Amino acid sequence: METKNIMIVGVGGQGTLLASKLLGRLLLTKGFDVKVSEVHGMSQRGGSVVTYVRWGDKVCSPIIDKGQADCILSFELLEAARYTEYLKPDGRIIVNSQQINPMPVIAGAAVYPEKLEEKLSALAGNVDVLDALSLAEKAGSSKAVNLVLMGRLAKHFDFTDEEWMDAIEHSVPPKFLELNKKAFELGRCENT
Amino acid sequence: MKTLMLGNEAVARGLYEAGCSFVSSYPGTPSTEITECVAKYDEVYAEWAPNEKVALESAFGASVRGKRSFCAMKHVGLNVAADPLFTISYTGVNAGLLIGVADDAGMHSSQNEQDSRHYARAAKVPMLEPSDSAEALAFAKLAYELSEEYDTPVFIKMCTRVSHSQSVVETGERVLPAQKPYEKNPGKYIMMPANAKKRHPAVEERTKALTAWAEKTEINRIEPGQDQSVGIITSSTCYQYVKEAFGDTYPVLKLGMIWPMPVQKIKDFASTVEKLVVVEELDAFIETHCKNLGLAVTGKELFTEIGELGQNLVKEKLGGTVRTGEALSEEIPARPPVMCAGCPHRSLFYVLKKLNLTVLGDIGCYTLGAVAPLNAIDTTICMGASVSGLHGFVKAGDEENAARTVAVIGDSTFIHSGVTGLINIAYNESNSTVIILDNSITGMTGHQQNPTTGYNLKGDPCTKIDLESLCRAVGIQRVRVVDPYDMDACQTAIQEELAVAEPSVIISRRPCALLKYVKHPGPICSDPEKCKGCKACMKIGCPAISMVDGKVKIDTTLCVGCGVCEQLCKFGALG
Repeated sequence: METKNIMIVGVGGQGTLLASKLLGRLLLTKGFDVKVSEVHGMSQRGGSVVTYVRWGDKVCSPIIDKGQADCILSFELLEAARYTEYLKPDGRIIVNSQQINPMPVIAGAAVYPEKLEEKLSALAGNVDVLDALSLAEKAGSSKAVNLVLMGRLAKHFDFTDEEWMDAIEHSVPPKFLELNKKAFELGRCENT
Repeated sequence: MKTLMLGNEAVARGLYEAGCSFVSSYPGTPSTEITECVAKYDEVYAEWAPNEKVALESAFGASVRGKRSFCAMKHVGLNVAADPLFTISYTGVNAGLLIGVADDAGMHSSQNEQDSRHYARAAKVPMLEPSDSAEALAFAKLAYELSEEYDTPVFIKMCTRVSHSQSVVETGERVLPAQKPYEKNPGKYIMMPANAKKRHPAVEERTKALTAWAEKTEINRIEPGQDQSVGIITSSTCYQYVKEAFGDTYPVLKLGMIWPMPVQKIKDFASTVEKLVVVEELDAFIETHCKNLGLAVTGKELFTEIGELGQNLVKEKLGGTVRTGEALSEEIPARPPVMCAGCPHRSLFYVLKKLNLTVLGDIGCYTLGAVAPLNAIDTTICMGASVSGLHGFVKAGDEENAARTVAVIGDSTFIHSGVTGLINIAYNESNSTVIILDNSITGMTGHQQNPTTGYNLKGDPCTKIDLESLCRAVGIQRVRVVDPYDMDACQTAIQEELAVAEPSVIISRRPCALLKYVKHPGPICSDPEKCKGCKACMKIGCPAISMVDGKVKIDTTLCVGCGVCEQLCKFGALG
């Protein structure tokens, strides 16, 4: 099969690394060749962060280049907008509608663009916007945004419940398992 | 068993399987996880050393005593360890000794983009360069065999994309070689001129022998292609970009050992292709080697020395077409990293800015004090340069200059190489004021213990170096401690120490806000009725504070309730 590419983007500290860990585990269990490329260090301090997840029969490059992402899974609205060049022509954007102002916006040196949801939809055919923060809070913790988004991602990929649950169980601490499963379900079931 | 591992984790696994028993490192992105991961194996003694020079010398000692040993560092850390490196190249080893070094093309988390491969050639030390996690594991094991067979330290050279990419590895069992006996051997281990003169020819002979090995080893392999019009020599992550861009279209010479490089193998490869191309990140290292062999080769005229490469760039430059996605037409504001909400550095930098001081900075999270709105740092060079730089800055100016200038340095960085600068301040008597930002952890690299925290790498309690005593012991009489959350107290302390005509150290002490044991009161509230929109609270650059419709708004998911902004609000709108 052709290599599939998901870009997970967000703000350092939002839990993007857990999402990639979960996805990596799931894909490996399915018998694919997998590469997951992460960012550590300085950008984890509230900067723009990107993780590349790639799988197929044989994956070479650890990164996704412009025009290659089948899906951009964005934890924050502006971050989805930042990386649209990476999307394939028929690629999908799944985006949390949460807005986190970067420091230049907070400091008044830049403006957070308006109506990004509409602009993203005009640019890409498949744009799925959800309020993952509210759903995470409904599940019990604002920190479960990553599992809500994983749930939404699950809608678009052909993996079984058992496979997802196995990956979740191996990626989150036992005491937060139920909360995370709930967040996953909310993300998957919520209609757009 | 097949598992997904970071390149760094795979190096650690390779060390474990090869029977490595001693690891000493200093953290540095992107190398840190090698040592963190190897420390999880009970069979391996692993420690954080105060700096890379100490780490390499310790690993060398363990090798001489007869145990397979290792140390890891980032590219700039190798500059610190360069002194022992060049001479350990002469002595060689007893049990195998590996040096892990991780470059950071693209400067994701570094102050320069130096290419560590030059060290292999300069110090005449062989360097293996894996291109994914499976190779990282395999090369670590192979490197020990090379180290012992050729009596040399061996580099495992990583880069951000290999270190921080997970790919599939198959793990094996640990095989512990018998500890080698230590035998006194002055001719080998005492590098005074008479002995070193005899060792140098051995080093040159070793390089010749390793070059012969490079000709035949399978880790330097030729992968045939369908189209001989172009032949590509590459290594590391660039090999993956080449394969991604072209599959098996063009023949590829994939170098697993980047120093010494083969001669005949490269010439033979070149003779089978019409155009020889080198794809490598940063400097023209392989390309220069090819040119020295008299080969016509194309490299840096296509591929930049600056930053990272990628599959699109490789494809485009070699005549392929690339279709990128569409960018939004409007300006997307940048999202630079910032100090976390509750970071104890923030308020200290606010005071420094308020006092309009010249601030010589250092390497760590607090480098973020340089960005808007704080803009409170004047220089950042390398580990420890704040303290030594301050000494020169003060000596070169007048008293007023001394009274307006400070150095800031973190606890781990101070131990790494700030303390030697402080000794210089005491010994050569400059009227310097050094502020140690003691957040009780090595922060930027992801919370590693250090000699001032009271815990070792394995998490066990250990001797805690007392910063106050240390500063006094090296000759600084005026040492005081402040809480950075208390901005009035910080300001008083800084003004008083700048006013006195002798060197002083201020320790700004509060643990990193992200440490698990740190308990905060929780988010504060803002009162829009009381807020006058004066934006005084905006001057500290806290990501939890913003202005909405002219009134302050607190992001309660980020705010920890440190109380710093409350001290700035004259109208009681925060609290």
